Amino acid sequence: MLVHTGRNGNTMRRFSLAGILVLAVSAIASAAETSTLLERIRGVQKQGTGNVAASEALRELAGQAPAVIPEILAAFEDANPLATNYLRSAVETIADRAVINDEPLPTEKLVAFVEDKTNNPQARSLAYDLLQRADEETADRLVPEFLQDPSAELRRISVAARIADAKKIDPKAAADKAKTVYQEALSGAVDRDQVEEIVGPLKEFGVDVDLQQHFGFLTEWKIVGPFENRGGDGFATVYPPEKELDVDAEYPTEYDLEYDQPTVKWQPVSTDNDYGIVDIRKDLTNWKGSCVYATTEFFSDAPQTVQLRLGTPNAWKLWVNGEELFAREEYHRSTRMDQYRVPANFKAGRNVILLKVCQNEQTQDWAQNYQFQIRVSDGAGSAILPSASPK
Amino acid sequence: MRNRICLTLMILSVATVAHADWRQFRGNAVDGVAEDSNAPASLDDTAWQIDLPGRGLSGPIVVGNKVFVTASSGPQQDKIHVLCFDEESGDQLWERKFWATGRTGTHDKMCNATPTPCSDGKHVFAFFSSNDLIALDLDGNLMWYRGLTYDYPNASNSLGMSSSPIVIDETVICQVESDAEAFAVGINATTGEERWKIERPRKANWTSPCVYAADSDHPLALLQSSDGLTAVEPKTGEVVWNYSDGASTIPSSVVAANIIYVPSNGITALKPIAESSAPEITWQEGGLSPSTPSPLVYEGRIYTVNRSGALTCANIETGKREWQLRLRGPFSSSPIAAAGKLYFFGERGDAQIVEPGEKRGEVVSERKFEATFLATPAISQDAVFVRSDEHLWKIK
Repeated sequence: MLVHTGRNGNTMRRFSLAGILVLAVSAIASAAETSTLLERIRGVQKQGTGNVAASEALRELAGQAPAVIPEILAAFEDANPLATNYLRSAVETIADRAVINDEPLPTEKLVAFVEDKTNNPQARSLAYDLLQRADEETADRLVPEFLQDPSAELRRISVAARIADAKKIDPKAAADKAKTVYQEALSGAVDRDQVEEIVGPLKEFGVDVDLQQHFGFLTEWKIVGPFENRGGDGFATVYPPEKELDVDAEYPTEYDLEYDQPTVKWQPVSTDNDYGIVDIRKDLTNWKGSCVYATTEFFSDAPQTVQLRLGTPNAWKLWVNGEELFAREEYHRSTRMDQYRVPANFKAGRNVILLKVCQNEQTQDWAQNYQFQIRVSDGAGSAILPSASPK
Repeated sequence: MRNRICLTLMILSVATVAHADWRQFRGNAVDGVAEDSNAPASLDDTAWQIDLPGRGLSGPIVVGNKVFVTASSGPQQDKIHVLCFDEESGDQLWERKFWATGRTGTHDKMCNATPTPCSDGKHVFAFFSSNDLIALDLDGNLMWYRGLTYDYPNASNSLGMSSSPIVIDETVICQVESDAEAFAVGINATTGEERWKIERPRKANWTSPCVYAADSDHPLALLQSSDGLTAVEPKTGEVVWNYSDGASTIPSSVVAANIIYVPSNGITALKPIAESSAPEITWQEGGLSPSTPSPLVYEGRIYTVNRSGALTCANIETGKREWQLRLRGPFSSSPIAAAGKLYFFGERGDAQIVEPGEKRGEVVSERKFEATFLATPAISQDAVFVRSDEHLWKIK
């Protein structure tokens, strides 16, 4: 019996070992396969390149079990925006099926993924959405930690919760407490609507918020112009400030005839507008059919990638440290804060920003604005402020 | 014999379903007309009402027994949604969310989900102001994803883009036309790869393409702009003919009985001539000036709505005005027609059914909704589907 048992035991052990080996090999193969599928999806590029391979890979990936979700979320890192959406779709398809089939989502791993702020912000935001579906209570517990989050979506949730908390406090009974909670909310707020929701109550508590500073608007500029843009050719014309930036220079301009100024010089312009709007029409002149150049400096502690967030109803070109980053020829189709988000690489020390702004010759009332606003932020929209400039 | 009966029933069933579809902006033929529909004569009965997760000026579309709607949400309108509902019950069957890859800012009245999606009966092609173009199968599986502003970074309009795509000859056709960059593309419906891309007049344009000779072996895509109207081969983008006397950049053309009614110098009726490089002008009527809503041609008459909500009915052969009727406007959505009636959904929530006659039109049903209607509704079988920023309704 013992021998029998032993023999059976040995046989069982052999089977178990074989089974483990098969499972291990299968898991390795599956992991390798998943990794290949993810790479195919991440290979999707502009203009439809890689669409077919990504689509096939997505079909296979989306058929897998919920346990694969953390691996898909990890693949968001450095994926382009197209691949990110393919990956998102895979996660949502798997999660939907899990909910229908009453299968559990990998909640613990999702929590760990959300809590690790070095993970991709969009992937963390999606993981949080899944947690909301799978375990709302756990998801809600994470919210306070999102206040300074690299994800704008997660920050917004946390700020909204703080605002809601502040509104529940009776300002007459506990003014200091209410003020503190509003100030906490403000420290994380990056969306204009939320900031405006906070600024009003804070004002009633005697706190004036410096919105320029909060959003990181650039407020001190040197401007030169006008240069010719009648007929619309000035946008493409390379005027001297584009060739060599010298704020002490004086430039000839053909726009002088009406204004009796054959040359133009840089002049300082600062704005006290809460949202950093530099109003050329008001501060200088609404030169119809003209271009002006505006320049400022930004001192950075270290090399960093930032977003220059620009709003203007005028045509514009933008350079940083002599490199043209973007150009757009659109006039008077409205303007708003953060209308354009232009990635820029700042070096350590002094960075020179040059903006060309063009006005056209439209005569309608709604086509007279000649203005711009620029701020420096991170990807979530949180202000990046300059270091003190060396004197 | 039994098999033959089954087959016949199946064919009839498929034909009925296909006929009941409303697959794109202004329906299958892009003319706003639901043929052989038993659409309701009254607006009183709501079969169901659904809460939507985001804003939208995009109209609903109906494919088989599914209703598809797009929406956009978030403070920047950068979360984009494609939703699918059961036509009968209103139950949500699935939702897919994506992050917009292009600029999402628009005029406050508009939003990212402004273009109406389209379908070839097997897939849904959802398009957004941010120029994100998303192909899903009818079960919500992503087929491919294109970011046309991601591809062409100046392709956007700071007021927002509204042109709704069409799908013909297995090609999704999008007009992406702004002051800064303007093009039209034909995209392989199966793969998402570009079949063609042509330059277009660099001027903001909110009109949608439509189809000429939709039921023929040789349909053409009609692209409208401030320059006029261009007919192109759907699969190659090759220009077949041009009408170059200018056209509106907001209301879109409509085709009925092989005549094209273009919002140009009022309304211009064009008759393409075989092998000709230019279509023939049948009539031109300056008094017919549609504002935002596109014109409607139905049962021998053409209808336009002006800015203040005045509905004008004109003779389809001559363009001469027959009668006018004051409606509760203003309107952004285009009128649609079925079962001998015209359906209007006003910006201030006024829904109206007009019964047109020889000498005059009459409002035969009215209903006030607590809603802003900007999207063009859909008709399928015996129901009208309409959406606001907050809700989707089925009216029976």
